[in-house]
Parts: sequence; structure tokens; C-alpha cells
Amino acid sequence: MERIADIFWLVPVLPLLAAGILAVTRRPHRRRAATLAIGAMGAACCIALLGLGATLLHPEEPVVRNFTWMKFGTASLELGWVLDPLSAAMAAMVSFVGTLIFIFSVGYMAHDENFTRFFNFLALFGAAMLGLVIANNLLLLFICWELVGLASYLLIGFWYHKPSAANAAKKAFITTRIGDLGFLLGMVWLYAETGTLVFYDGGAGCLEAGGLDALAARGPGGLLAVPTLIALLLFCGAMGKSGQVPLHVWLPDAMEGPTPVSALIHAATMVAAGVFLMARVYPLLELGAPEGGSTTALTVITWVGAVTALFAALIATAQNDIKRILAYSTVSQLGYMFLGLGVGGVAVGMFHLLTHAFFKALLFLGSGSVIHGCHEEQDIRYMGGLRRKMPVTFVTYAVGMMALAGFPIFFSGFWSKDEILHAAHGWPVSAGPFWMGLLGAALTAFYMTRQMLYVFFGERRQRDAHGHEAHESPAVMTWPLLILAAFAIGLGFVGTPAWALAPEYLEGRHAHLAFGHLFSLEFIGLAFVSTLVVAAGVGAGWWLYGRRPLAPAEDVDALAHLSPEVHRVLGNRFYVDEFYAATVIRLNALLSRGCDLLDRWLWGGLTALVAYGFLGLAWVGKFFEDNAINRGFDLGCRRLDRGAGRAAGWQDGLVHNYLRALGVGFATLLLILTWGCQS
Amino acid sequence: MVPLDQYLLLSALLFGIGLAGVLTRRNGIIVLIGVELMLNAANLNFIAFWRHRADTGAADGLLFAMFAIGVAAAEVAVGLALIIALYRARRSVNLDEAKELKG
Repeated sequence: MERIADIFWLVPVLPLLAAGILAVTRRPHRRRAATLAIGAMGAACCIALLGLGATLLHPEEPVVRNFTWMKFGTASLELGWVLDPLSAAMAAMVSFVGTLIFIFSVGYMAHDENFTRFFNFLALFGAAMLGLVIANNLLLLFICWELVGLASYLLIGFWYHKPSAANAAKKAFITTRIGDLGFLLGMVWLYAETGTLVFYDGGAGCLEAGGLDALAARGPGGLLAVPTLIALLLFCGAMGKSGQVPLHVWLPDAMEGPTPVSALIHAATMVAAGVFLMARVYPLLELGAPEGGSTTALTVITWVGAVTALFAALIATAQNDIKRILAYSTVSQLGYMFLGLGVGGVAVGMFHLLTHAFFKALLFLGSGSVIHGCHEEQDIRYMGGLRRKMPVTFVTYAVGMMALAGFPIFFSGFWSKDEILHAAHGWPVSAGPFWMGLLGAALTAFYMTRQMLYVFFGERRQRDAHGHEAHESPAVMTWPLLILAAFAIGLGFVGTPAWALAPEYLEGRHAHLAFGHLFSLEFIGLAFVSTLVVAAGVGAGWWLYGRRPLAPAEDVDALAHLSPEVHRVLGNRFYVDEFYAATVIRLNALLSRGCDLLDRWLWGGLTALVAYGFLGLAWVGKFFEDNAINRGFDLGCRRLDRGAGRAAGWQDGLVHNYLRALGVGFATLLLILTWGCQS
Repeated sequence: MVPLDQYLLLSALLFGIGLAGVLTRRNGIIVLIGVELMLNAANLNFIAFWRHRADTGAADGLLFAMFAIGVAAAEVAVGLALIIALYRARRSVNLDEAKELKG
């Protein structure tokens, strides 16, 4: 454990080195670039798995390594990394999924000329994300947080020649920046209150007794207690990164990036960073909670998560872009994670994060395989019948779909989602989140069934009759799908009520086998309800889209037949983007125009005034120079010239004149000397 | 012993004749001779002052005169060479005709 903690820093540093080397690698070295990035990520994965094994054996106490980064006065800034179940599980998940996605990218990006740059950005992202999860300091976490934001920006805008991709990159960067402002403020405030940003520091860290006591002793700051305000500010950052309502708008647009990027960053890892942050600072969130109750911060997180889970699931039912559906599904699932975190603690939220990372990466890579096989077609209305053309993709996609929808017993999504619903059911504050979660689960099953039916069943509906035939993807793309599918099934069994290895581990405890839990009335009842709900969702999906062969692509959606108004609102994503365009963006444009006017006329005018003043002075100077200095100098020169001419006349070349002058001079000298001596 | 002022008078006379020659004659050779006369007037002075000094042991005045004669000989060699070059260039040694070096 100690030995592994000593080398744990290599986990982010190896991909960072790869990124550094790739940054100066030239474009034609494609094979070397891919090998380097995959190798570095694979090596990081090995170390992270070692860490995972060590923490599985000893989950109780976090092992930390701190070092002083800089000193100012008596205060010093400590950075460091931590090896505890949370960081080890996240590092193992990120590096493992990352390695698979890197491998998948070799196939997906095979035709792209900027292959090397793509792997450079991927490695940079891997380094930043792994640094984020092992950081033992809120500041280091924030630095990596911003770095993953940067990598996300670079990768969304990877095809920057497409205006939509460039705009999506900007939108993602700016929207998350709004949340990050809250994060920064919360961090500074936390430092002001506790004097440290280190998480675990032998009892003195901000998540240990030292920091928490200092916070608890602080009186209320206005309406809310100071710890609550700090927690909510940090949650702002998590909301931005994890695409929670109302900052979710960037995530669906981020699908403009290459599909492996969507899988890696905008489904499995980066967007989960917000959930991870909340799990990391959980002691702060539950500070001062009454026995069996909830704190204000946790209540806010729960409600935001529940609203997002339902809201995004509703939007996802009426989208036609295969990746956009998955994007809204991701937003919805992230809502579930926050909901689970709020009602059930770290383990519930984080377990769903881990299972979701695998099956959502699987779904995104599957959609990448579909898009690749259909020659860059993303609209599900123009797909169909692919189950015969792409059997491996179909089977793995079906596994991912069933895991996401929460099919009972065999799929990981069932266990982790059930955990959340179970915790929400027992939440003392309100029953609302439970019902919202349940409705969201039904909608999830519905929209995933719809997508499956559109993409893989029925007849092929091509955009033009002479289009290329769809084809299965190469092995370099299907193997990662198969591995991820295995995890999407298997990972559920480490988190069942009977053997809650993952949840107990994440809370820092050893797990015990207890089959009795599996047969408790509450669990069976809830599992039965959620199974019913999933069945209802799937049934509704089949009723609308699978009962009879799907109509041609141009025909209206079956849901639109039922209720055109509802479908229009959902299809337009509740007009949130339009609402922002009409309010925030218009206000921004208005302010910009005001600034422009101010700049142009007031400050510009003042500047011009000053400039013209100096210009006038310069004219005066020029006049003075021309007329006084230059003319005076010229005059002097002319005089000198004339005088010299006259003097030159004396040298007439006649030796006798010189001799005469010599004689006269000699005589004069003699006279002066004689006269001088006499007197 | 001839008194000192007679030597000085003689040397002044020589100097005056030399100076008059230098200033009045146009022939380069005569001017050179005038210059030599003036130089030797100075030499005469050196010797006279040396002879009429109390302490005659040191040969300093004599040495001055010897040096001056040596330098004068060298100077005359250069001067005569110049005049010969002048004569070759323009078949005349009239100094008034050689006045190209004017400002």
C-alpha cells in the first residue's frame, strides 16, 4: 500500500509525458503517436489497478503524499496525491476505459489527417483527468479540472473547420466557466475559513477534524451557514462540468467532437468529474447534518439531480441524432448520480458513476461504430436494419442499452440504479425525487428502445438510394466494444445488496457476503417496481415504434402523431437554448454593444483627443525645427564655408609669401620677447 | 681673446644676409644657401657662447653645433633633391612659378 502510494503519481505523469512528446511529433508519425499514447495510458492503467488492489485490501485509511509547492511568508502551499478507495477506483476506471477508447480511436480516426494531434489531445486529457482524481488538494484538483476543460475544448473543436464544432467548443468552454467561477469562489472561501486546501493531512486537512471543526464553529453567513454556502459554490462548478440543469446546454452540443471523444470525455470520465468532486468533498456537504436527516447542501444537490434526471430524459425521447440522444441520456444519468449522492452518500452516487462509465462508453463507441459503418450518417431516421450488417456492434449495443435502461439482474445499470432509487425511497425530506427518478427510469427505457428499433431493426432507410452499404467496423473497434460489454454486465455483481463490495469499498469498509439482504421485502418490492417501470418503458417504445415496420424517414415521428405540441416542445429541447439566447445572450450582446459604444466614443474620443494634442505639439516642434534649428544651422554652415574659402586664399602656393610670413612672425616674436624681458 | 659681442655681431650679420637671401631671391638654390647661412649663424652662436663660458670642460655647445651641421647636411640633401626634381619637372628653379599647392 505504502509502496504503491509512492509511485501513484506516475498515473497522471505518464500520459502527460506522452502528451508532451506527441506535442512535438510531426504529423506523419501516426503509428508512433498511437503507440505512445496507448502505451502510456496502459501503463497508467496497470499502476492504477495496483492501487485498486491495494485499497481493496485496506480500504480504511487514505494514504497521502504531500509536498510543499511554494512558500509565501509563513504560509505554504501543499500539493499532493491520495490513495484511497475513491481515487483508486476512479483512476482505474478512467485509465481502463481511456485505454480502450484510445484503441478504438485508432480505427475511428484512421482516415483523419490530424491523427497525431488527436492522440496528443487525448493523452493530455488522460493526464489531466487522472491528476484530478488522485489530487489530495482542492487547488491541484482545480488546476486539473481546468485542464480537462481545456482538453475538452480542444477535442470538441477538433474539426475546427466546421463552424458548428468551433461554436460547440466555445459554448462548452464558456458554460462550464460559469460554474467554475463558483468553484473558484468556494475554494477561496474554504481557504479563508480553514487555512488549508489539502484534503487529508494527518487530521489537519479541510476534510478532516481540523478543517471541519473550524467550519462548524463558524456562525451563519447571511441566510445560510458558511459551510453550506461553500458547498453550494463548489456544487456550481460540479453543475457546470456535469451538465446539470440549468448549465446542461453545452453537453449535447459537445457531440460535435469525434465520437471517441464523446465517449471518453462527455460520457465516461470528464462529465463525471462533478459527481466525483461532490463525492470527494462529501464530509463538507454532510457537515452538521442531524441524525437521519439531510443538510441544505445535500437537499439542493438532490433536487437538482432529480430535476435534471427527468428533464433530460424527457428531451431524449424526441431527438433524432444518435449521439444527441445519448448525450441527453448522459445528462439524465449524471442527474441520477447527484440524486444518489444527495440521498444515499458517496457510495450510491459513485457506484452509478462507475457502472455508467462503462456502459455509456460502450454505447458511445457503439454509436461511433454505427456512424463509421454508415459513412458518417448520424440521423437515426436514415439508419435501420443494421443488426444484420453489423452483428458485433448490434449485440454490444444491445448490452449497453439494457444496462442503461436497467434490465433486471444481469446488467450493471439495474443494480446501481436500484441502489439510487432505494436510497431515494428512504429519504426523509421528500418523496419527490423518488417518483421523479422512477419516471426518469421509465423514460430511459422508452427512448433507448426507440433508438434500438430505429437503428438496428426494420429495413434500411438510406438518404439516397445509391449510397454505400453499411459495413461492420474493424477488429480494433469491435474488441473494445466487447470488453466494455463484458464490464457492463459484470460490474453490477460487485454492487448487489448481497455482496455490496463496490459501495462498501467506496465508503472505506470491507464488504461481507449477506444473501439475506437480497430477499428482504423492501429490496424485492423495489426491484419489482423498477422492473415493472422498465418493462412499461420498453413496452411503450415497442408499441409506438416496433409494432409495425417503421415508415419512411421523412414521415412524422410516432410520438408526434400522439401529441404534436408535446413532441415539438421536447424536440426543441424545452426551448432552453432559445430562452438563453433571448435572455442571457441578448443581455450579453446588449452589454457588449454598450461597451462598444463606450469604447468607441468615450474612451476612443479621449484617446483621439490626447493623440491629436500630441500631434499638434509635434507640428509645433516640426515648425520650430524647420525654421529655427535647421535654418540656423544651415546659416552657420554657409558662413563657415565662406570663411574657410577666404582663409584658403591665403595659401597661395608661393613659397616666398610663406617665408615672409615666417620672417614677420619671427620678428614679432623677437620684439615681444625683447619688450617683455625689459619690462 | 675676441670679445663675445663681436661674434654675436658676426652671427647676426650672417643671419641677416641669409634671411635677406631667402626672402628676396627667386632661385631655389639661392634660397637654400640663405637657409644654410641662417643655420650656421646659429651654430656660430653656439660655439661663441660655449667658448665664453667659465666652465669649458663639457663639450655641450660643440656637440650642439656638430648635431646642427649634421642635420643641416641631411636637410640640404633633401632640399637639393627637391630642387632637382622641380627643375626636371619644369626646367626652372624659380620658386614663384611653382605655386600649384594653394588653397
